Amino acid sequence: MKIRYLVIALVVFSISSIFIGVSSIGLTDIFHLNEFQQQILLHSRLPRLISIIIAGASMAICGLIMQQLSRNKFVSPTTAGTMDSARLGILVSMLVFSAANPLFRAGSAFLFALLGTFLFMKILDKIKFKDAIFIPLVGIMFGNIIGSITMFFAYKNDMIQTITAWLQGDFSMVLSGSYELLYISIPALFIAYLYANKFTIAGMGEDFSTNLGMNHKRVVNVGLIIVAIATSVVVLTVGVIPFLGLIIPNIVSIYQGDNLRSNLPHTALLGAVFVLFCDILGRVLIYPYEIPIGLTVGVIGSGVFIYLLLRRKNYA
Amino acid sequence: MIKVKNLSKKYNDKAVVNNVSVNIKKGKITSFIGPNGAGKSTLLSAVSRLIKHDVGEVMIDKKEINSWKSNELSKKVAILKQSNNLNVRLTIRELVSFGRFPYSQGNLTQEDWAKVDEALSFMELHDIENQFLDELSGGQRQRAFIAMVIAQDTEYILLDEPLNNLDMKHSVQIMKVLRRLVDELGKTVILVIHDINFASFYSDYVVALKNGEIIRQGPTNEIIEQGTLKEIYDMDIPIKQIDKCRVCVYFA
Repeated sequence: MKIRYLVIALVVFSISSIFIGVSSIGLTDIFHLNEFQQQILLHSRLPRLISIIIAGASMAICGLIMQQLSRNKFVSPTTAGTMDSARLGILVSMLVFSAANPLFRAGSAFLFALLGTFLFMKILDKIKFKDAIFIPLVGIMFGNIIGSITMFFAYKNDMIQTITAWLQGDFSMVLSGSYELLYISIPALFIAYLYANKFTIAGMGEDFSTNLGMNHKRVVNVGLIIVAIATSVVVLTVGVIPFLGLIIPNIVSIYQGDNLRSNLPHTALLGAVFVLFCDILGRVLIYPYEIPIGLTVGVIGSGVFIYLLLRRKNYA
Repeated sequence: MIKVKNLSKKYNDKAVVNNVSVNIKKGKITSFIGPNGAGKSTLLSAVSRLIKHDVGEVMIDKKEINSWKSNELSKKVAILKQSNNLNVRLTIRELVSFGRFPYSQGNLTQEDWAKVDEALSFMELHDIENQFLDELSGGQRQRAFIAMVIAQDTEYILLDEPLNNLDMKHSVQIMKVLRRLVDELGKTVILVIHDINFASFYSDYVVALKNGEIIRQGPTNEIIEQGTLKEIYDMDIPIKQIDKCRVCVYFA
């Protein structure tokens, strides 16, 4: 697959995304919009498009980095407790400082996501039995434990509704003023690109990295920080998007290999295109109502995931 | 020259390497032999800073290993551990280009790519340079890793059981390459090896370890000798002279 096709797909889907919705804006209206249409475009359609692109690209890249650092193709923010930890962080920030501003909330989510992922990597170090399927199972269990802690405290404090809102990813609530936090993810992704070669080397193990004179621990830590930043802002603004970090990097790896320097742009683009596609699908299927993105990505993603598992014999 | 002096390494109070001293000669192949658990791999890892030793010193070109900057040392010493468990999807060319990381930090110059090409030609890998590692046979993969080490362009090349899982043809191929590295490019090669006949045929010096200690070291023909082998392996191994080579008949 050429990167050109991904760019074309992204442009086509982006344009259709802008013109799909309950209040109709036609392609031809674009040069003489009335005030209402202008408002819709600027405060709803464009923010939605931007957040989809950033969130899709971020989650796919987070998955790629995590898979590389843990040396396991089935590790991702959803299968390593990162997302669940971020949610626990959001809950804690709401419990402790009820009127916390968004940046503070993001900070708390980031801290918990980082700690959770770090803990998971530590558990990985301790496990002797490094089976490809066993490790993500441990991660899912770990995530569920954290998730149940979150639920427990949410029940006790009557916050179930608020916290479940972050359980399922949803772009329909994205309006200007509520999504700008996502921009934090962009510099993080840029740093990821600068570190691409180092992540690739880190993926070949500590001995391999040391031989090339690279500080393995430091590179792993940088990777985890990037993952925690991107995951926490995505969970905060759109919610959990399952499977994305898992399937996109795997698909790219099959046709493109594991060299991150050339992989990252493909992964980011494919992630954005995939989420855009799922979002458009969710908006069209039961028009004028919407299926939340968490559901569409979950259904299509789990299908792709099963396919990846089945073809594992010759790969991964 | 690499000088190891009174080196010890313990894991949970058990000395894996105990008070070992050895000098590695430049421009030669030195083989570490000995039974399983003798401490060969640990010694090799200590010499290449993959593990930190407890006592003693490792001098690399008159400088203690811990006072070397890791990045500088990686232009001097390359270590290749057993790599058959790596299932990373890189092409041969990409892998070999990572050998230039100590010089370029990942942004390869034309000179770096020239070194990559040289290494690929030396290992005769140009025809398959765009194939993925996980689609190669064991022998091709090992050659790819050695090409990477060649691109790293170090004076010392350390290999931990490079013949592991290879058939006879590929084993011979790899050993011949190591010989050429020493004879044509002037490298110093140190390897851990189990098959004493390969050690006998291809190395200049042999260091024999047992229970974490060096029990014999010297030129190959002094070590590949029935009495010495008995001491190392507790086995009676008859030695036959075939042309110029000593063959150890250890099958019975």
